[in-house]
Amino acid sequence: MKRIQTLETKNLCESAKKGGCGECQTSCQSACKTSCGIANQKCEKKDER
Amino acid sequence: MVHQYKLNGYHIVLDTCSGSVHAVDEVAYDIIGLYEEKTEEEITAQILEKYRGREDVTREEIRLCLADVAKLKQQGKLFTPDTYAPLANEFKERSGNVVKALCLHVAHTCNLNCAYCFASQGKYHGERALMSFETGKRALDFLIEHSGSRTNLEVDFFGGEPLMNWEVVKQLVLYARSVEKEHRKNFRFTLTTNGMLIDDDVIDFANREMSNVVLSLDGRKEVHDRLRVDYAGNGSFDRIVPKFQKLVAARGGKNYYMRGTFTHQNPDFTRDIDEMLRLGFTELSMEPVVCAPADPAALTQEDLTVVLKEYELLAQKMLDAKREGKEFTFYHYMIDLTKGPCIYKRISGCGSGTEYMAVTPWGDLYPCHQFVGEEKYKLGDIWNGISNHGAQEEFCACNAYTRKECEDCWAKLYCSGGCAANAYHAAGSVSGIYAAGCELFKKRMECAVMLQVADALPRQE
Ligand code: SF4
Ligand code: SF4
Repeated sequence: MKRIQTLETKNLCESAKKGGCGECQTSCQSACKTSCGIANQKCEKKDER
Repeated sequence: MVHQYKLNGYHIVLDTCSGSVHAVDEVAYDIIGLYEEKTEEEITAQILEKYRGREDVTREEIRLCLADVAKLKQQGKLFTPDTYAPLANEFKERSGNVVKALCLHVAHTCNLNCAYCFASQGKYHGERALMSFETGKRALDFLIEHSGSRTNLEVDFFGGEPLMNWEVVKQLVLYARSVEKEHRKNFRFTLTTNGMLIDDDVIDFANREMSNVVLSLDGRKEVHDRLRVDYAGNGSFDRIVPKFQKLVAARGGKNYYMRGTFTHQNPDFTRDIDEMLRLGFTELSMEPVVCAPADPAALTQEDLTVVLKEYELLAQKMLDAKREGKEFTFYHYMIDLTKGPCIYKRISGCGSGTEYMAVTPWGDLYPCHQFVGEEKYKLGDIWNGISNHGAQEEFCACNAYTRKECEDCWAKLYCSGGCAANAYHAAGSVSGIYAAGCELFKKRMECAVMLQVADALPRQE
């Protein structure tokens, strides 16, 4: 596409079908501790590449 | 939902429900902006008018671009409808009463007397106290018992100042390590410290056992020393910086974070980031202060305007640094577009009061560290479990789809509906929002995605 470049991203709709495993790090967006936001998590699901 | 913005010379289009990110030119940017509202004829006319005289903007060019947009939509990468609301409840039900992370308040006391401390010098508006080994051990057992099939369990050593109860911290780590295999668990420990008591033993043990260490430093000496003082009123900068440097040097690349707080006195926090870099630290985080609006440290409306600009400036600095081979990390700009969390995590957020709880020195359970001391949110204790089901329900119900303010917000799948504690303090209810925080959050996400775009594309501007 000439005017549009699409970055490679995880497909959220696909992830809805697979379901969550709940293994990823707990995230806190607030100021006072490890302060990890949702977006900077790593997925820990085993069948995920 | 589609969110479009321009930053640092890039035209960026986010399709939030599919998670897609598009970097486009200005023509496509405008076309996408009109696509759902106008007919193709109307769009063509409007674009031709706007770009009159531009050779590359012809009827045929516009037709091609419209076709590309249609194709992306068909592929589920643009204008993806929001169909996740039903998942929000399903996920909570499915995760049941699993607890997978605890914040252990091993020391409700502190050797510093920081003016802005949300925990009121570690006491959380209560008595000074240290957690006993027995209580901590019971908390770890509680975690194992309630963790269901989860393997990775997280424990934060928090305070007050956790190093004031260091022997207990070490014993608890050793205890957890001695039982994790038989229960098929994997403990991940983190430590948040002000640095005053760091010594070789702490460095050695923390670097071996803690998967992350959070070190509190506010940046410039004059900024740091104004608020982060000891009980005699003396600044702590000169005492802690060499200790932090030693710890980080010995850490051998393992995760750590330098985290600072910015307040009314330093909304221009990128200058504090500069200082952290100058001191040799590269994993950085600066956070807005958490305090009552009447507090002198609280950020004013004007400060917030400055802060928004600072976030952009910071992103620019990071790009420059990277080009010069002096890369550094800002916590809130770390976003993993390809391997980040699934939609379930994006909807359900921090898990405070459900999968994550805080434990006081005497074993009471609270929804998270920021609720400790709020009596009505005391959930129960580590011996008898949860007794305050009403309060827990409130937290269970928190997700990206609970708040009406979030309904039309493009950021909801990045923020999950925000921080319940911020909402509680700003709006008086955990199911409210902290509007000023939303603005900062959205700006941070825009910057984070822009950095990804800059990485993926050749230089524009
Ligand atoms: S409620 Fe806020 S402070 Fe508490 S864990 Fe969640 S994001 Fe962090
Ligand atoms: S809390 Fe604020 S930023 Fe987050 S989804 Fe709701 S309105 Fe948007």
